[in-house]
Parts: sequence; structure tokens; C-alpha cells
Amino acid sequence: MTKKYIGKRIKRSEDPRLLTGEALFVDDVEIPGMLHAAFLRSDYAHAYLKSIDVSAAQAREGVVAVFTAETMGDDWQPGPPLVSPPPTVEDVIFHSRTQVPLVKDKVRHVGEPIAIVIAESRYIAEDAVDDIVVDLEPLDVVVDIEKAMQPDAPLVHDDLDSNLAAHIEQEKGDYAAIREEADLIIKRRIVIDRGAAVAMENRGIVAQWDAKSQRLTVWDTTQAPIAIRNGLAARLDLSEHQVRVIAPFIGGAFGPKMMMFYPEEMLIPWVSIKLDRPIKWIEDRYENFYATTQERGQVHEAEMALTLDGRILGVSDVFLHDSGAYDPYGLTLPLNTQCHMMGPYDIANYYSESKVVFTNKTIVTPVRGAGRPQGIFIVERLLDLAAKELGIDPVEIRKRNLIPPDAFPYEHKIIDQAFAPLIFDSGNYKPVLEKAADMIGYDRFVKDEQPRLRAEGRHVGIGIVPFIETTGVGPYEGARVTVEASGKINVATGVGTQGQGHFTSFAQIVADQLGVDVRDVHLVTGDTAEFHWGTGTFASRGSVVAANAINASAKLVREKILALASKVLEAPEDELELADGVIRVADVPRISISLGELAMLANPLRGAVEPGTEPGLEATAYFGPQYGAIAFGTHAMIVEVDPQTMMIEIKRYVAVEDCGTVINPLIVDGQIHGGVSLGIGNSYYEKLVFDENGQLLNASLMDYLIPTAAEVPRIEIGHEETRSPLNPLGSKGVGEAGAIPVPALFAQAMENALPEYDLEILEAPLSPNRLFELLREKEREL
Amino acid sequence: MRHLFDVGVTVNGNRYERTVEPRLLLSDFLRHDLGLTGTHVGCEHGVCGSCTILFDGQPVRSCLMFAVQANGHEILTVEGLGTPEDLHPLQEAFWEAHSVQCGFCTPGILMTLVPFLEENPNPNEDEIRAAISGNLCRCTGYQHIVDGVKLAAQKMSA
Amino acid sequence: MKPPPFEYYAPTTVEEALVHLSEHGYDAKALAGGQSLIPTMNFRLAQPSVLVDLNNVSELFYIRPDENGGLRLGAMTRHFQVERSSLVSERTPLIYEAMPKIATPQIRSRGTFGGSIAHADPSAELGAISIALGGRFRLRNQTGERWVPANEFFIGMFTTLLEPDELLVEASFPNMPPRTGWALQEVARRPNDFALVGVAAVVTLDKKNQCQKARIVFLSVGDGPVEAHRAAETLTGQTLTPEIIHAAAETAATADIDPGSDIHASAEYRRHLAGVLTRRALDLAFERAKGRG
Repeated sequence: MTKKYIGKRIKRSEDPRLLTGEALFVDDVEIPGMLHAAFLRSDYAHAYLKSIDVSAAQAREGVVAVFTAETMGDDWQPGPPLVSPPPTVEDVIFHSRTQVPLVKDKVRHVGEPIAIVIAESRYIAEDAVDDIVVDLEPLDVVVDIEKAMQPDAPLVHDDLDSNLAAHIEQEKGDYAAIREEADLIIKRRIVIDRGAAVAMENRGIVAQWDAKSQRLTVWDTTQAPIAIRNGLAARLDLSEHQVRVIAPFIGGAFGPKMMMFYPEEMLIPWVSIKLDRPIKWIEDRYENFYATTQERGQVHEAEMALTLDGRILGVSDVFLHDSGAYDPYGLTLPLNTQCHMMGPYDIANYYSESKVVFTNKTIVTPVRGAGRPQGIFIVERLLDLAAKELGIDPVEIRKRNLIPPDAFPYEHKIIDQAFAPLIFDSGNYKPVLEKAADMIGYDRFVKDEQPRLRAEGRHVGIGIVPFIETTGVGPYEGARVTVEASGKINVATGVGTQGQGHFTSFAQIVADQLGVDVRDVHLVTGDTAEFHWGTGTFASRGSVVAANAINASAKLVREKILALASKVLEAPEDELELADGVIRVADVPRISISLGELAMLANPLRGAVEPGTEPGLEATAYFGPQYGAIAFGTHAMIVEVDPQTMMIEIKRYVAVEDCGTVINPLIVDGQIHGGVSLGIGNSYYEKLVFDENGQLLNASLMDYLIPTAAEVPRIEIGHEETRSPLNPLGSKGVGEAGAIPVPALFAQAMENALPEYDLEILEAPLSPNRLFELLREKEREL
Repeated sequence: MRHLFDVGVTVNGNRYERTVEPRLLLSDFLRHDLGLTGTHVGCEHGVCGSCTILFDGQPVRSCLMFAVQANGHEILTVEGLGTPEDLHPLQEAFWEAHSVQCGFCTPGILMTLVPFLEENPNPNEDEIRAAISGNLCRCTGYQHIVDGVKLAAQKMSA
Repeated sequence: MKPPPFEYYAPTTVEEALVHLSEHGYDAKALAGGQSLIPTMNFRLAQPSVLVDLNNVSELFYIRPDENGGLRLGAMTRHFQVERSSLVSERTPLIYEAMPKIATPQIRSRGTFGGSIAHADPSAELGAISIALGGRFRLRNQTGERWVPANEFFIGMFTTLLEPDELLVEASFPNMPPRTGWALQEVARRPNDFALVGVAAVVTLDKKNQCQKARIVFLSVGDGPVEAHRAAETLTGQTLTPEIIHAAAETAATADIDPGSDIHASAEYRRHLAGVLTRRALDLAFERAKGRG
């Protein structure tokens, strides 16, 4: 295999279509006779549905049908759980309660769909939604996760004894014992609040039932088209080959487009069959704030035990995790948090207890970072406070605790999100930390620059945070690589793509394996008619699991090419070379054959294919990692704050990442930029504010503040490359990394900027208003 | 039956005539009546900037106008900027600088920047960031977009 | 998020527009730039049954000098036109300076000066600035017209003296006297957002550098623009030392305003910001006044 493309900054092949508006997104699908859907959604967070009258809506001109839970009849069923409850850990409690297509008896969060209107246009459908008369009897509402666990709290699910959705304890070593030997215990209550993913494209589904061919085609903004296909077939009583799910270009996903099944995702295809008409539903931004999943809400009681010289002896943490009204995503998020609460540090004793709590809020599933930023926030905050207490430099205390490079694979003796043992496959943390410190000029800043700025009355602080990211979990992905008669290569894989550049990075792998121009490799993803085995794009796994599946199938094709070429050119395989789309005999370059010609020979129209061989230069292969690969990095930031106005400016931002083999640095850099941008939002701007009635007070992009170009600084990136031993490419994921350390980093830098206040930031996100309150409290104390 | 209005509008140099209900948003008109789906809709309340088009040469939110108001006016959408085979220099620069990830916000950003670069052929980083501050992007963290604009400025002044 | 149906009129003259407004009364809304009205309609929070579109009323688009050294703005003048006007920059530099702080470039392409004034959002810069500059608005109905000083025009949250049959057709700003300084200070979460607090200050000095007249007007701290009369009074006849300015800012923040709380800022934080920003605005306005002899 040549290395002509892997590791190179290759321009993306998908861009010309995206740049000219030619790329197909779900809302671009137009089908003659298509009808449009709108939903009646609950205005209450918690209420009994007493009655519903849709007659006026049905009578409105242009309305074709209105469905409620009742009119769905036997087709009404709660959604299947997306991730099955954990089988392997002792004493786990897990109450699976999954979302319903339309509310039947009780509303459990604002925005839950109650009825669906189908009309000639979305405008008319929305008019008709206003015609529906619904009688909801409001109930007491569970919003706050701590209050939700009180004995007298109202119940989100009446059939349970409490709002406890799940409970899981994990233990490594003996924290209770080591605590007795510690010189210092840092114990704090730390709160992380809920945010939204806010992909620029809202969700959308177009479903077309073709009664003549008895086939259903669904365009869906999903990260997991194959799983949606399989689930739809099961639910709609169709065979899998009758259902084709296409995830075309997706306008950003960030996790919530991996939820399955959203009520709408089941309903729109169901209605299409029912009415025998194509149906389109495009979520609007208002719906997106209520009906698309969210994440991050946790309350921790955390402590860290240390020696006087700053060695971490152990970490203990008990936390509540907000699941929202249902828990289709199982324990992924609290497990991720548990797996990141030791960060990159060598910690022998760990106790973690997580209680997952039902509340009357939108369902919680992963959002870029997915439980990891919370874990990193906890360990880093505790460590910062310990460093202050012990008078040790923040960089120094981290160096003293990093897992040393000879300790890998490093076993944590707890389980990860896939219920597999948490093992850090490989790593070399110190050079990454040092590089980040070097790039931001840590020593110089602390010694010279900061004292000078402080003397000028300016409040400028520095932070530095190392972190890890579990990436590339199984179970598997697959791919099929085909050499076409034109000599061009076709690659089909099952994962969807939402901006990660898969069309290009995956093509680079194949181009290197087969010695062709990267522009001659054409990739198809996200269409179950092209490839129908796989799980999806999530958990930073595309460049690990799918990429290695593609590499494996390209390798098989390479073997076929060499075997056939060897016969045709009458030369041993080891004397053949593949380059520029041609197979040559190394020493006799004029003896050669093009890939296209060879592909034709492999698929003859006459003659006999020998027994035991297959036609074509094509292969399908799969890859499933033994366990996840652990990426890591260190970010550093210099921030200036005006303690008069609470306005901030991030003056410098450094991100050093190690995600193993980098397939395309341009794309990796872009992933980091985007992740950091979300992380900045999670640090100071983005918080979903619910009132005590479960009403979201900032359900618009006017009030939910995602960073603009003015808030995101230039990000300086450094790379290290520690290959993962778990896959042939040596790659690790990087999709979520950027977002993970930022809130912890921001908190550290802000405290450092405001030394006279001796601030402790124990919450994320912070906000100008909260900072004002914290500074006021400190002023009163001082 | 509600009153319908005739709309005659020039989009990307082509003349279109349609009959519309006054409440039809210009964004929906472009996308679904004219089939120009390159203009994307991300919020319908004028914040995200995905639906930005040029209306008589000015960048506007097409979700905050009614189609009926376009009668007699000239519109440029991303489809009028370039084709995959013949990209506008700004599109060319965006490609080279990896300014695109999911590509959903991209058409709105391009349409915002076309008049900006005409007026500011040599913008600095702060000016570029201010120019696109009305366009939300969730993928790129804006950096490669800024780089793309700088590159475009170079290309266009060369 | 699709707007509800409405009847639509697109008059080409003010007179014609007034006929429609008079005929439909409270059911009708004038559609200026639509940059606040249309999103509200898309959320279906506003459901006017009639829209009278002013975008074809060409007589409402102008920026003119007035003979006394002041400025006249036709109500439909778009923000981007104001933003680029050298006349505005010369005669009302406070307005000029405020323009880039108003929403986003795309909103400024379409939004209008009169539309913003008539909408009367308490967070809008132009209302507060109009008061600080001693501006006046010309309102017309079918029977005639009246001039209303900016400081009397705003009567509550999104509420003004405009009657349903009236149209705001012009804003007029007087000549800025010599030795007058101005400043607009605001704190917003992101530069394009509505300010958590903003303050416009205009200070005129006499020959001895003492404050002859000061106007301080807040946005985002009440139901509309809020003028800090008490604070301004404390400045009159004074030499603007840092102590005097500090005290005036304190008065403005504590005695002149009664801000509310919302998800972005508590009343206490707003009050604090009002003090900080008033100080900064007065400092700057004072410096500029000294420089404009």
C-alpha cells in the first residue's frame, strides 16, 4: 500500500456540490402528490390527555387526514429501546421507558406530539393544528433532578415507585480505604446544565410508499439509516428489502440525529402507507428545541483524595443524570461520564455511583461529547482546586499524575458505554501536554506577561487541560469496494455522513490501497439500497470502524487484482505494482494492464468462470474493534474578562490532539474547530433554561446563544500521532474531542484571570449573569 | 378563497412568473415553487442566516420576506453564483480552505460574502468575522471560513 | 413556523397606505422592513389579518439635511442606508455609531429606521438614541399630521402614541450644538444580540467646560427607552470630574431605572451594568464634547 493520500490535506470531493447548492438535503426532496405534515404538540410538561377533538381540523379545506393515538389503533406502540439495557454489571437497575408515537394518556414533556395533521401544504397543516381542541389536565411537574428524587416528587411514569430510571455503581480499587490515608480531600458539589445540539438543519423525513411495487422509500436526516431501515421494516410488518432508507446530505447532526425512533420517524412512513401518498415533515426550529434530544444535565457530589505532593490517590463521585421523559438510549451517557472521570490520570482507586432520573423535559441522548465533557469537568475542577490548595502549578500537578507511556494497555477495571472493559489501548500523554504548554507559551505567560497585564489592571488568565476520549466503539461496520470497467472505484458503506468529509477521507484509504487517483474513488454512504449492514455514525467511530472496514475490503480487492493480473501478465504477484490505475511488472513497465481492462477480464461475457472464483474485482469486508480506541489531547486558553461587565474575550486557543493516524489533517482540523466552538458555547453561552413548569424559556436562536464568528477565536492546532494497536490503520476518533475539555479549561482560565476573587467555578455553563453573582458573593465575603 | 397575487421576479437572471398566496415566505417560494433548493432554511426567525440571498444586490433573510414582496425585483441565489464545473472564486477558495463541512449554512454565507468582498476587497480577520456574524455555523468553528474569505480576497484581487 | 393567512395591500403612496390603515383599524399592521414582524408571525405570536406593505411607498425613502443643520430620515430608510450615509455621520454621529450594533448585516439590509421606532422594542437602540438627540417623529393620518417629540412617543412595551390609522412617516433630528459629545455604550451577550443594557449619552459643554446640558437614555431596562433625568440633572452646571460622573452614574443606576430580570440578566446585574456603562458613556461623551469646540 502506498501512502500517497493518507495523511495529506486533500480537498473534499463533495464540496463542489455543496458549494453550489446542488447537494440533496431531505427538504429538497420533491415528489408529485406529496402531502405535508405538522404536529399538535403539548404546551404542558406533564398532563393527562382527557379528550381531543380534531373535527374542525379535518374539515379545513386542504386537510387530508388527522391522526391521534386513538385513531392509530393497534399500530400505536412505544418505540423500541435504541440501546439495550446493560447485561453485564451486577445490581444494575434499569427501567426502560420508551417514547410513544403520539400521546395516548399522559404528556411527559412540552412538545410531545399529540396529533399529526396531513395537508396539501405545511401552511395549511399548521392552520389545522390550531383548529384542534385538546383538553389537558395539568399535573405537578418534575424539572429539577434533585427534587425529582425526593420521596414526594410527582412521578413521570406512574407505574414506577420513583423517578429513578437507572442506577449503576462502578468501583476500582478501594476508595474508602485510600481516603483514610490521604493528605488532602477536595470535595465539591458540581453542576452541569443542559444544552442543545442545534444542527443548522433541523430534522426531516420524506416517506414514499409505492403500492404497486410494495416498497417504501424514506429520506431521513438520520445518522443511522440501516438501523432505521431495520426498525421500520419490523414495525410496519415489511421485509427489510421492501424498505429503503436514504440519509442524503445531512446538515449537521452532532448526536441527536442518532436517536431512534423519534415519533415522527415512525409516523411519517406509517402515514405514507396508510394514505398511499408521499408525505414530508420538516421539523421547524421551534419544534427542534422541544422535540429533538438534548444533553448534559448532571449534578455531582465529587471528591478527590491526594497526597501532599499532588498525587491523586482516588476519586469518588455520586451523580444524578437527567434522562428527560424517557430513556431510549440506555446507560450510554452516564457510563461515558464514569469512564472520563479519571481523565488521562493514573488513578488506582475509584468509586462512582450514577442515578439516572426521569424528568418532564425533552429526552436526553448524546450530543457531541456525550457525557465525556462532564467527566472531564469533574476531574479537572477537583484537580485545579487541589493544585491551589497544595500550591502546585496546574501543569505540574497534571504531569505528576498522567498515565506513563509504558503502562499501556491500561486497564481501568470498569465498563464502558459498550459494556466492555474500559481499557486505554495506547497513549503518550506528556508530550501532548508539553506541546500545548509550549505552543501557548505557558511559562512565559505566567512569569512575564500576566504580571505585566495585572499591573495594568487587566484580568487575563490562562488554563491548560489534558483529556482523553473513548472513540471508535463496535460493534462493526462494513464496506464493499468495486473496480468498475471504467477503472473507477466504487465504495459503498452503511454509515451516514453529516459533514465529516467521509467521501474524501474514505476515498483516500482506497486510493492508497489500489494505487488510483483519489478523484477516481466514488463513495456511496447512507443508502440502504447500496449497503445494508452496519450501525451508524456516532461515538467518534467513522474514521476508526468504517475506515478500517473500507481498508479491509480495499485490501481484499487488491489481492484479487494482483491474483488476476499475475495470470494475465504472466508474472509473479510480488513483482507487480499498482499505481496510477495501472498494474505493471515492476522491472518491465511496458508489461501492464489498466485496472479497467482487468475489471472487464474479471467479469467476462463469454467463457467459463473457474470454480471457486467470483466474478469482478469486488470485495466486501467488515471491521469490528476488540474495544474502543482512546484518543487524547491537551487544550490551552488565554482569556480576558472585564469584571465590570462580565464580558470575555478568548485571546488565544491552542489544541493539541492525538487521534492516532490522521487520514486527512484538513478534515481533522475542521473537526477540532467545530468541537471547540461547541465547547465554548457549553462554557459561557448555551444553556437551556426551564422554568418550574417545565417550559423552555429560550426556545429560539435569539435566546439560545450559539457562538458566532465573533465569539470563537482562532484555534492553533498541534498534532501528535500515537497509533492505535487495535486497528490496521492505527486511527482513533476525533469527532467529539474538540468539545470535551473546553468547559473545564474555561473555568480554570477564568479563575486564573480573577485571582483577587479566589473564585471557584463549580458549574458549566457559566454565564455573565452567574459570574456577576459569583463575584458579588465573593465581594461580600471579602 | 384567499386572494392570490401574481409575482414576476428575476432570479439568477431568469424571469419567473407565479401566483402566490401573500403569506408564502420568499424562502419557501424559492425552494419549493421555483425548485431552487440551494437556499436553505434553518430557523425561520431571521437568526441563522442559512436562507440569505441577494435581493437587489443586498444580502437579506429570505425567511423574513414574503414572496409577493419580490414582485419586480432581482434576486441572486447560490445557484446563480457558479456551477461545480465553473465555481465562483469565492466558492473555489472555500473549497481549497475546507470552509465547508455539512454545507448547510454555506449558501447563506456565500451570499452574505459576495457583496461584502465587492465592497471590502481586502478585509482583515475582524472585518470578516463581523461580516459573517449573522450566519450561524455549527460545524466549522468559522476558522476555515475566515481562511476561505482571505483566500478569496487574494484570488479576486489577483 | 409558517405565518397565518392575511390580506395584503401594497400601496405606492402614503395617502393610499393611510386609506387601508383607516379602513382596517386595529386589524391592520403596517409592514415596514418586517424584520421583527415577520418572525413574530412565523411563530404565530402575531396574527394580523391585514398587512399594509410600505415597501413600495417611494416617498418614505430618504435621508435629507434640514435647513437648520439637522437631519430628516424617511421612515422607510433602511438601516444599511443610514449606516453608509456620510450625512448621518456628520450630523448625527451617534446614530451612525449605533448602526453596526443593530442586529446583523442581513437584517440591516431590510430593516427600516421608522419600523424600528414604531415597533418600540425596549431593547432597540434607535428609540433611546432618538430621545438622547432630542428627535421628533412626524405621524400622519388621513386628516393631517402631528409632530411628537421622541421622549413622549414611547408609552410602554411595544406601545407608542401611534393610532391605528396613523403612520410614522419621518424622524427629524436637530442640529447638534458645538461642544457636544455623544456616546453609546452597551453590553450584549454576542455583538448582534439585543443589549442586556445600553445607554446613550449626549453632553453639551459651555465655554468653561461645564456641563450645560446632558441627556442619558437607557435601553433594555424598562418598558421602553428610559431617560435618566435625575442623573442628568446632577451634571448640569458641573465640571465633569470623574467623581461627578461616578456619582451621576450611581444615581442613574439606582434612582432613575427599575430594570427587570430575564433569563439573560437579573435586575441586580442590569442595575450594575447601567452604572458601569453610564460612567463609560459619560466619560466618552465628555471627552468628545471637549474635542468639538
